[in-house]
Amino acid sequence: MSAVAGRRVALREDLSPASREPVVRLRGVGRSFGDAVVLDGIDLDLRPGEFVAVLGRSGSGKTTLLRLLARLDRGLTGELATGSRPAVVFQDPRLLPWRNAVDNVALGLRGPDAWPRAARALAEVGLDGRETAWPRQLSGGQRQRVALARALVREPDLLLLDEPFSALDALTRISAQALVSTLWRRHRPAVLLVTHDVEEALLLADRTLLLDGCRIAYDERFDAPRPRRRDDPELVARRRNLLARLGVEDDHHPQENDR
Amino acid sequence: MPTAARWISPLALLALWQLASATGVLDPDTLESPATILSTARELIETGELPEALLVSLRRAMAGLALGTAAAIVLGTIAGLTRAGDALVDPPMQMLRTLPLFGLIPLFILWFGIGETPKIALVALGVVIPLYLNLVAALRGIDPDLREVAHTLRLTRREQARHLIAPGAMPGALVGFRQSLGVAWLALIVAEQINADAGLGYMINNARDFLRTDIVVVGLLAYAVLGLLTDAIVRVFERRALRWRGDAMGRGVTA
Repeated sequence: MSAVAGRRVALREDLSPASREPVVRLRGVGRSFGDAVVLDGIDLDLRPGEFVAVLGRSGSGKTTLLRLLARLDRGLTGELATGSRPAVVFQDPRLLPWRNAVDNVALGLRGPDAWPRAARALAEVGLDGRETAWPRQLSGGQRQRVALARALVREPDLLLLDEPFSALDALTRISAQALVSTLWRRHRPAVLLVTHDVEEALLLADRTLLLDGCRIAYDERFDAPRPRRRDDPELVARRRNLLARLGVEDDHHPQENDR
Repeated sequence: MPTAARWISPLALLALWQLASATGVLDPDTLESPATILSTARELIETGELPEALLVSLRRAMAGLALGTAAAIVLGTIAGLTRAGDALVDPPMQMLRTLPLFGLIPLFILWFGIGETPKIALVALGVVIPLYLNLVAALRGIDPDLREVAHTLRLTRREQARHLIAPGAMPGALVGFRQSLGVAWLALIVAEQINADAGLGYMINNARDFLRTDIVVVGLLAYAVLGLLTDAIVRVFERRALRWRGDAMGRGVTA
C-alpha cells in the first residue's frame, strides 16, 4: 500500500517541484469557546492534491477544524498556514436564491471570461442547460452540485467539504460522491472532507483522520486504487476497525453507523 | 362566477344611492347622486381643472416620497449594517416613530410657513418611518450563512452590496416602501386640507365652501385612483425584482 502512495506522490512532485510545500500546515493548533476546549494541540500537514477525510462524533471539532482552515474562524491558538485559494462546500448549498445557477457559480469571478468559465464549471457537474435556473427550481442534489461548481471554478488549492452529502438522499449521495471523486482526480486540489460516514471517508480519501478528545486520535492511509467498491474486503475491514475506534460495534446498519 | 358575484353588492349599493337621490331621500347638500358626480367629473376633466389639481398633488406626493425614501435608505443602511450606526441612528428614529405625524402640522406651519414646504415635509416624514423600519429589519435579517459564503468567495464590499445586501434586503424593503406609499397619500390629503392654493385638497376645500358635494367626491375618487395607480406601479416592479421567488414553479424559467 505504501509503495503505491510513494509512487503517486513522487509522480506529483516530478510534475511540480514547488508542490512539495504542504498546502496546510498546523502546529499545536487549539480552539476553545469560553471554557469549552474543542481542539487542542492539533498537528497536521496536507500535501498538494491529498484527499483527507476527517471523522469524529458530533461535537468532536470536525467542523471547527474546517472553519479554521477556511479562515471563517480566527480565534485559534498555535500556528496555522492554510491554502492560498481555499474554497468551501457547506452542508447546505448556500446559493444566493436571487441569482440563477450560473451567476451563483460566477460570484466573485472577475474578467470577461467569468460567465463562460462558470458555464463550463456547471457543465462539468452535469448541469449544462440549467444555467438560468433559479436555485429553488433545482433539486437538493443539483443545488449541491452548483455549490461544488462554485468552489471548483476558482481552481482552489484547498477544497474544504463540510459534510456536503449529508443532506442528500441515499441515491443522490452515491452519485455526488462519485462526482467529487472524478472532479478531484481532474483538478487535484488538496481536499479536507468532514464527514460522519466512515464508508464515505474510505471510498474517497487517501487518508482518514479521527478526531477525539480535541485531538487527532488516529491517522491512517488507504491507498487502494480508484474507483473503489463498497464491498472491497479491505475497505470493509477498515470500516469495521474505524467504527470500533468510534465506539460503534454494531455492524448491521451501514448507513446509520455513527449518527 | 365567484368574481362576478362579488360585483353584485357594490352595484346594488350604487343603484340604491342613485334611487335615494332621485326620490329626494338623499339631500344633494349631504351627498350628490352618482349620475351627477359622473357628469361633474367629466366637466372637471374637460375644463382642465381636475387634471391640473391632480398634477399638483401628484408632484407634492412624489417630491415627499423621493425625499423620504432617500432619507430612509441612507439612515436605514447605516443603522442596519453597522453597529455604531445602529447605536447612533436608531434611538432618534424610534423616538420619531412614536410622535403623532399629524400632530406636527402646527409646528411645520410655524417652521416652514404655508407654502409647498410643510406639505412636502409632512409627506417625507410620513414616508421615512415605515421604509426605515422595514429596511433595517431586512438588512439585519440577511442570512449569516450567506455572509459566510461571501467571505469564503472573497467578494469585495462592492460585490457584497450588489449580490448579497441589496437583493437580500429587497423583499423587506419593498414591503416597507408600499407602506410608505400609503402613508404618503394619507399625509398629503391631510396636509392639503390645511391651506392650499392648488391641488386636489384646494379643489375639495373650495367645493366644501359652496356645498358642492359632487366635487368633493370627485376629489376623493381622484386621490383613490392615484393611490391605486402608484401601488400598481410598485407591484409591477416588485414582481420583476422578486421573480426569483416565483409564484409558480415553472414561471421563472423563462426569466
